[in-house]
Amino acid sequence: MSASAIFVLDLKGKVLICRNYKGDVDMAEIDHFMSLLMQHEEEGLICPVMAHGNVHFMWIKHSNLYLVATTNKNSNASLVYSFLYKLVEVFTEYFKELEEESIQDNFVVVYELLDELMDFGFPQTTDSKILQEYITQEGAKLEVAKTKVPTTVTNAVSWRSEGIKYKKNEVFIDVIESINVLVNANGSVMSSDIVGSIKLKTMLSGMPELRLGLNDRVLFALTGWSGDKGKTVVMEDVKFHQCVRLSRFESDRTISFIPPDGESELMSYRINTHVKPLIWIESVIEKFSHSRVEIMVKAKGQFKKQSVANNVEVRVPVPSDADSPKFKTSTGHAKYVPEKNLVVWTIKSFPGGKEFLMRAHFGLPSVENDEAEGKPPITVKFEIPYFTVSGIQVRYMKIIEKSGYQALPWVRYITQSGDYQLRTNV
Amino acid sequence: MTDSKYFTTTKKGEIFELKAELNSDKKEKKKEAVKKVIASMTVGKDVSALFPDVVNCMQTDNLELKKLVYLYLMNYAKSQPDMAIMAVNTFVKDCEDPNPLIRALAVRTMGCIRVDKITEYLCEPLRKCLKDEDPYVRKTAAVCVAKLHDINAQLVEDQGFLDTLKDLISDSNPMVVANAVAALSEIAESHPNSNLLDLNPQTINKLLTALNECTEWGQIFILDCLANYTPRDDRESQSICERVTPRLSHANSAVVLSAVKVLMKFMEMLPKDLDYYGTLLKKLAPPLVTLLSAEPELQYVALRNINLIVQRRPEILKHEMKVFFVKYNDPIYVKLEKLDIMIRLASQANIAQVLAELKEYATEVDVDFVRKAVRAIGRCAIKVEQSAERCVSTLLDLIQTKVNYVVQEAIVVIKDIFRKYPNKYESVIATLCENLDSLDEPEARAAMIWIVGEYAERIDNADELLESFLEGFHDESTQVQLQLLTAIVKLFLKKPTETQELVQQVLSLATQDSDNPDLRDRGYIYWRLLSTDPVAAKEVVLAEKPLISEETDLIEPTLLEELICHIGTLASVYHKPPSAFVEGSRGVQHKRLPGSAGSGESVESPDVASAPGVSEAPPAVIPSQGDLLGDLLNLDLTPPTTTGPPPPSSGMQMGAMDLLGGGLDSLLGGDLGGSPAMGGGFGAAPAAMPASFTAPVSGGLDDLFDLGGGVGMPMGAYSPPKTVWLPAMKAKGLEISGTFARRSGVVQMEMTLTNKAMSVMTDFAIQFNRNSFGLAPAGPLQVLTPLSPNQSIEVTLPLNTVGPVMKMEPLNNLQVAVKNNIDVFYFSCQYPISMLFAEDGKMERQVFLATWKDIPNENESQFQIKDCHLNSDAASNKLQGSNIFTIAKRTVEGQDMLYQSMKLSNGIWLLAELRVQAGNPNYTVSLKCRAPEVSQCVFQSYEAVLKN
Repeated sequence: MSASAIFVLDLKGKVLICRNYKGDVDMAEIDHFMSLLMQHEEEGLICPVMAHGNVHFMWIKHSNLYLVATTNKNSNASLVYSFLYKLVEVFTEYFKELEEESIQDNFVVVYELLDELMDFGFPQTTDSKILQEYITQEGAKLEVAKTKVPTTVTNAVSWRSEGIKYKKNEVFIDVIESINVLVNANGSVMSSDIVGSIKLKTMLSGMPELRLGLNDRVLFALTGWSGDKGKTVVMEDVKFHQCVRLSRFESDRTISFIPPDGESELMSYRINTHVKPLIWIESVIEKFSHSRVEIMVKAKGQFKKQSVANNVEVRVPVPSDADSPKFKTSTGHAKYVPEKNLVVWTIKSFPGGKEFLMRAHFGLPSVENDEAEGKPPITVKFEIPYFTVSGIQVRYMKIIEKSGYQALPWVRYITQSGDYQLRTNV
Repeated sequence: MTDSKYFTTTKKGEIFELKAELNSDKKEKKKEAVKKVIASMTVGKDVSALFPDVVNCMQTDNLELKKLVYLYLMNYAKSQPDMAIMAVNTFVKDCEDPNPLIRALAVRTMGCIRVDKITEYLCEPLRKCLKDEDPYVRKTAAVCVAKLHDINAQLVEDQGFLDTLKDLISDSNPMVVANAVAALSEIAESHPNSNLLDLNPQTINKLLTALNECTEWGQIFILDCLANYTPRDDRESQSICERVTPRLSHANSAVVLSAVKVLMKFMEMLPKDLDYYGTLLKKLAPPLVTLLSAEPELQYVALRNINLIVQRRPEILKHEMKVFFVKYNDPIYVKLEKLDIMIRLASQANIAQVLAELKEYATEVDVDFVRKAVRAIGRCAIKVEQSAERCVSTLLDLIQTKVNYVVQEAIVVIKDIFRKYPNKYESVIATLCENLDSLDEPEARAAMIWIVGEYAERIDNADELLESFLEGFHDESTQVQLQLLTAIVKLFLKKPTETQELVQQVLSLATQDSDNPDLRDRGYIYWRLLSTDPVAAKEVVLAEKPLISEETDLIEPTLLEELICHIGTLASVYHKPPSAFVEGSRGVQHKRLPGSAGSGESVESPDVASAPGVSEAPPAVIPSQGDLLGDLLNLDLTPPTTTGPPPPSSGMQMGAMDLLGGGLDSLLGGDLGGSPAMGGGFGAAPAAMPASFTAPVSGGLDDLFDLGGGVGMPMGAYSPPKTVWLPAMKAKGLEISGTFARRSGVVQMEMTLTNKAMSVMTDFAIQFNRNSFGLAPAGPLQVLTPLSPNQSIEVTLPLNTVGPVMKMEPLNNLQVAVKNNIDVFYFSCQYPISMLFAEDGKMERQVFLATWKDIPNENESQFQIKDCHLNSDAASNKLQGSNIFTIAKRTVEGQDMLYQSMKLSNGIWLLAELRVQAGNPNYTVSLKCRAPEVSQCVFQSYEAVLKN
């Protein structure tokens, strides 16, 4: 069904730790992994699935590690990759950083986790908060109480334990929208969308029932709400955390759930509407072979005057053999980052409606680099607080717990750059 | 303090030291020692010698220590089977520990000890754990059954664990249900005939309930299991779809893909005109698009699957082109996949955008990606005719870049464009010729040489160009050598006077100096042709070439269906069936999509299902149409060996038919088993009929299908106007248009054959593929004189209904092969089913009433015929002309009810009630038949007859 065995390898392909779940694939097969990978790399055809004989390797890379699953069946590949990423998530929450050292330093817990996360190739409990209740790193001081299975593991509510207590009951809601834009070299917007995410930091006692209300147009249409009080938003696609009752959402668009404790991503959504790129870049890059490159970049804030974009970074690619940089900026400062072949122009605070200029000048060697270079796009990073492009709003967050306490929801909005690329001519 | 210290003791006598520590009295020391052992195991040292000492530590109340010992056991038990027995007692004891964590740990570990000897000792503890009060233990025990089954299947069956496992599907805890489902699916997969997962509506309902409550992984197990179920009808299919769609909003991509799999499969059963069908199509697009923002590996799996989905149901993503635009930082495997999907989605509406993107990609640096982008431009040209010109000019722009591999790819695809649109873009040849010297890849050189040879008459210095290649003839690859040989021969045939020397040179190079048999043979053939009959040589070498098809890389339909059933799995990533890469799965049934609504597979009456000979589920047995077409196209037909005038005798034509028939029969012979499901469906119908009309069922299918036969009847049956069945473009100049008619009780195929090619056509023969009603030519195709260019001939082919039967989709589909002296061509057409209505189709009133009552109501279907302005008598007369007989007429409240009967050539009776209301142009037809799958076709015939 999924994995026969899971391996964690270092960059050279040495097995750091592994777990054989099914015993139908020879564990020694992993020795072929590295040579296969190198072979694929040489051919320029790297691929997340590789086969050696009838053994298939599905792998991901994380920091200085490879996580590899083997199988000789027609496994559910999407399940395997989801699981491998889940593994990274769980290990990271246990050890802060997942890398070669943390695996070695914690091999006993890693074994315990591998035993608990998957059984005979079937993923089991993978919620790290729940796992931490009965698999702990301080094994030596294991208390008797901790060796009981939390009922949460098999509950329908498998993400929240009972008996959580807070003095002050609060929930923080962050609405974060990332703008993805792809602009052609001639300035036309090829594609743009908004990927939104609603994150929770829950500090609530007991087993609270939460209901989140948004200004979602479909919901308004369903409830007959006229929507004249403001903008409504059409979400193209919505994805929810395990805790949200999906069939309930499907039938009446109510987002109801018992939240996980602490931080979690409640939902994410995608909106396809064509938005004006919030920071518009016009660039002229002139390359005079064997002598110099001249770059002129104009950045314009295409959002409300009241708003301010923070920590704006415009990253302009330059040829790898460029030298002796000179900059002139109307605001902020520009820096050459030779290891990335970039000029990074940073503007701490960029008010809406404003326009700024940056000029850069580089020398080029007289002997030209004969290696062909790609045409990396200009990328932009920014954050605009107190504002969402889509206009999405949290209308209410109802919190009901049987003890009847009062709890306060706090909401923050922020818009930031996602995959924000503008192609150039050079 | 970290665990890394355990790795650092690497001195001599280590094993000895560890042994001492393991046997220490101090608990702490013991545990430290076990950790050291595990650390050594982790770095690959053999510590199996410590087996007895480690197992001695097993009896402890320290959970951490116990886990480590268990881990050790799992690794080394297999190499020390005798000593593994020592552990059994502890397992048995631990399975009764008051702490559920320990019970579960014991049951989980003992299943991982793959030692045959100890398995039987584990049965009792396992039995207890399967009934444990704690769900955590039960869910672990459920998986253990699958483990044990893997080691000793017989034992598990004998002990009745499979039944206990099935009972767990009804467990109150969703995690237990999910694991039981996973375990059962796993066992069922390795034992395909075990019929373990006999899914029925009750279990399906339980699964759907658990789906809402279990973990994300459990949801995947359940969805994957659901995907193996075949709903009874479209209503059940819809209700399952409705309960699965909310999963499309799950944050886990794997849950989404598994849900997509279930929906894509069950959607097949929904009628296309259903509102819900359209809603579902719309719901599928957004989650598929969102998958593209997942991690790159998951994106890759998603893209490979989208590639399949786009081929199966292009409508889902046709407006989503933009999301497949390549980003600079996408990994190469994502880029290449996106490109492929872009071409599949390319259409006239979006081609401008696509081309602009492709041109952008073609200037990137990643060579593989650039090459694929250039090829993609060529594919767009071939796919979207309106864009061909733009594609060619884009390619020319790219050639101007002079980037070597771009130029070469461009020339290869331009050759294909020439093949697709001959005599249109030859003006670019001059530009291509300029780049001749830079071509160093065989494929590009061969393509260029082909172009020069093909258009030699328009290239002034063609001889010089080809001659330049000839110098290094022996260093060229075979591909180039063959192409060069052909090109020079073409050149010679076009410009014989100046190139005699050149052709002799190449012929001698090919035949005398080469040891490649292919090259030599081709050289000799040309040589002989040229020396014996230059006119024939011209006809052979310069013959018109078939046009290349639009999409050459589509996945074959049956494979595509199978892959859709495997969405999300490795098979869908490889685009290969599991049998191609999983050992020992060859005997496993290939998965198929369920039949669509109305095709009958889903609405078979129960007596049909139990009919003898129908042992397997129908969708799996009936070879789909695609399969057959594949077979038909693979036919390796030897071209006729005789030349000269066409023989006037039909004997020769029969010979040619045998050629076809023999091939068909032997190829299709293996599929014969496919017909019983259909035969059963039809055969069962008359079985319950009043005796006067029944054929002896026991006589077998052949008798049943023999029933057709004609009583003479005056003409007047409806015959549709002729339509073009085979356009000249697809058949090297042969155009066939035709229709079907029933004249004097005989079914006829009336065709017009037109020769739009430049040469005479002779040796016509025709052959039908098996079809739903056994239609077959009653004699050879009577084309006695050769068909000259631009000549047309009318042919009438009488048909009978005693040919081999196989269910087609749609039911009235007929696949035809026509052969002439040039080639064999295939086309399919649909005949009006009214053509099969027999003249003796008038039922006795009494029999009619009884039969109407006897046929279950589920078999009734209703249709509307709109805008029909006949009164009921006129309608009745008109229908009678096509052997639809009115038996009785009743008038109720100004509404005429006509009761009608008809009989198909294979003996199936159809009963109908036609309601006509004065002043209302909309008729209602209610049809009842024991084989309801014919209803749709009959309805079409009703409409056609009434409106003509």
